[in-house]
Amino acid sequence: MITTARTPARTRARVLHWIAVHTTAVAAALFFVLPFVFVLLTSVMSDEQAMSGELWPHEWRWSNYAEVFRTPGFLDWWKNSLIYAGLGTLFTVCSSIPVAYALAKFRFRGRRTAMTLVIATMMLPPQVIVIPMYLVWAQQLHLSGSLWPLIIPMAFGDAYSVFLLRQFLLTIPTEYLESAKIDGCGELRTLLRVVVPMAKPGIAAVALFQFFYCWNDYFGPQIYAAQNPGAWTLAYGLESFKSAHNVDWNLTMAATLLVMAPVVIVFFFAQKAFVEGVTLTGVKG
Amino acid sequence: MAPLHPAPELRRKHRRARLRTLAFLSPWLVGFSVFFAYPLLATVYFSFMHYNQIQAPTFVGLRNWKYVLGQMPLFGPALWNTLWLVVVMVALRVVFGLGIGLLVTRIKSGVGFFRTAFYLPYLAPPVAATVAFVFLLNPGTGPVNEILSTIGISAPNWFNDPAWAKPSLVLLSLWGIGDLMVIFMAALLDVPKEQYEAAELDGAGAWSKFRYVTWPSITPIVMFAVVTGVVQTMQYYTQALVAGKLASGVSVGPGSVIQPGYPDHSTLTVPQLVYSLGFQNFNTGAACVLSLVLFAIAMAVTSLLMRKSAGLQTAED
Repeated sequence: MITTARTPARTRARVLHWIAVHTTAVAAALFFVLPFVFVLLTSVMSDEQAMSGELWPHEWRWSNYAEVFRTPGFLDWWKNSLIYAGLGTLFTVCSSIPVAYALAKFRFRGRRTAMTLVIATMMLPPQVIVIPMYLVWAQQLHLSGSLWPLIIPMAFGDAYSVFLLRQFLLTIPTEYLESAKIDGCGELRTLLRVVVPMAKPGIAAVALFQFFYCWNDYFGPQIYAAQNPGAWTLAYGLESFKSAHNVDWNLTMAATLLVMAPVVIVFFFAQKAFVEGVTLTGVKG
Repeated sequence: MAPLHPAPELRRKHRRARLRTLAFLSPWLVGFSVFFAYPLLATVYFSFMHYNQIQAPTFVGLRNWKYVLGQMPLFGPALWNTLWLVVVMVALRVVFGLGIGLLVTRIKSGVGFFRTAFYLPYLAPPVAATVAFVFLLNPGTGPVNEILSTIGISAPNWFNDPAWAKPSLVLLSLWGIGDLMVIFMAALLDVPKEQYEAAELDGAGAWSKFRYVTWPSITPIVMFAVVTGVVQTMQYYTQALVAGKLASGVSVGPGSVIQPGYPDHSTLTVPQLVYSLGFQNFNTGAACVLSLVLFAIAMAVTSLLMRKSAGLQTAED
């Protein structure tokens, strides 16, 4: 250890450094927080004031939020988002766990190739394959106008989730699995009784990411649900909300905050799983 | 494991293991074939067909390819915009994310508050964030231009000006820097403290400490951020489409056709053009050609970058 004498010059340099760092931090915080503040302030303005350039509301009209909920369709969008995100997450997690387990713990020929293909799938822009997929769902299966073409494929493993889960399962020592097998567990029982309980943090992270992905998805609902407003999700409906309330920025901002809110609430309850997930994304370099 | 097993039993065991592996992999094997391999092959097939999604497809040879690569007026602008975003957006996001990461690791008071404040915008759903930014930056009554004009700065028209529309999208992407902040923070905290102390003893200043201690140890993460950034930006769709639609001010009902790219094709990206060709013009062949061009560029860029990226290689094995 090196102990440095606390000369006055050093102390002053340290104080200046503290001030510089925290001034920058406050400036940065304004950049990140102010947009939320302006959106919130506008969301409670009266219709007339929202059309002006004023920043501070004269009266706080919280009833704008009630009006957003009364907009025809808004509650359906809410329901559809929950169905898409809920079922999509459930299907993804259930189908991705066994695949990730096999890729992490089984030794077999073609394992490297399989892993490369998983990564390639992750990198593929969804627009590349959407046209033939749409034709199948719309013309052969007659399921366009619903969210099923988005939900059903999630029962067949999602590349990103498989990749993240595999990274997590690699960290589980193989001895645990072997001792379970010595106790007479088959692979499936080992997976359900030993691996899944140990992998809970990884599974939670994958579930969260998938939930957010579905909740935020715009492209998918645009392709498959656009023709049928009854199948719209919040993320897709929000844009038409703006078009319908063309000048009512106050209502649009209230709706915008209502779309953001669930994600933020989930984040505050699940921060730990989140941090886990982010460090999983291959940052162990 | 047990070398004394007789041969037939060993073979049976092998076969059982193979079946077991197949069973565990089956969801993905089905998913990969049906939702990846098939549509990719079908895209290649349709790229040689004339198909308007009503009459049966007819073979037209290379006509779609010649049309898209040689004659289609919007191919140039769309490709230019996508490449512009890939270069500018990814570069600025990496620099800004690293800056915010460095800042967070130096904050002594209130670090929890700052970290959450910097991270939250990343969580905002892209559509919601875009709607919010179109409002904040709208030239008529938007708060940003109100404030700028009060302090005497003549403000640009942001999403309504072809020259400013893409920079406005970059600004939106910098607001959502949370993902990069977190991974850079983790990487910066992983740099061994002793190395900084050693450098200080050698009399290194702030810049040389960054250049010779921090940078070498975080380059894998920087590469990782660049690769994932390029992959994401090649797919850039939602924000550009929503910003263009809303800024244009055209009221659109469901299913109505509005050409993406407002203003003046400045926000038209390749994925939007695929959508527009395939689902608005029903020119399936041209849309599939463009899909394959996008696929080829995405694969070329990522394999080039991945070869240099230690971050992804360690993740792979």
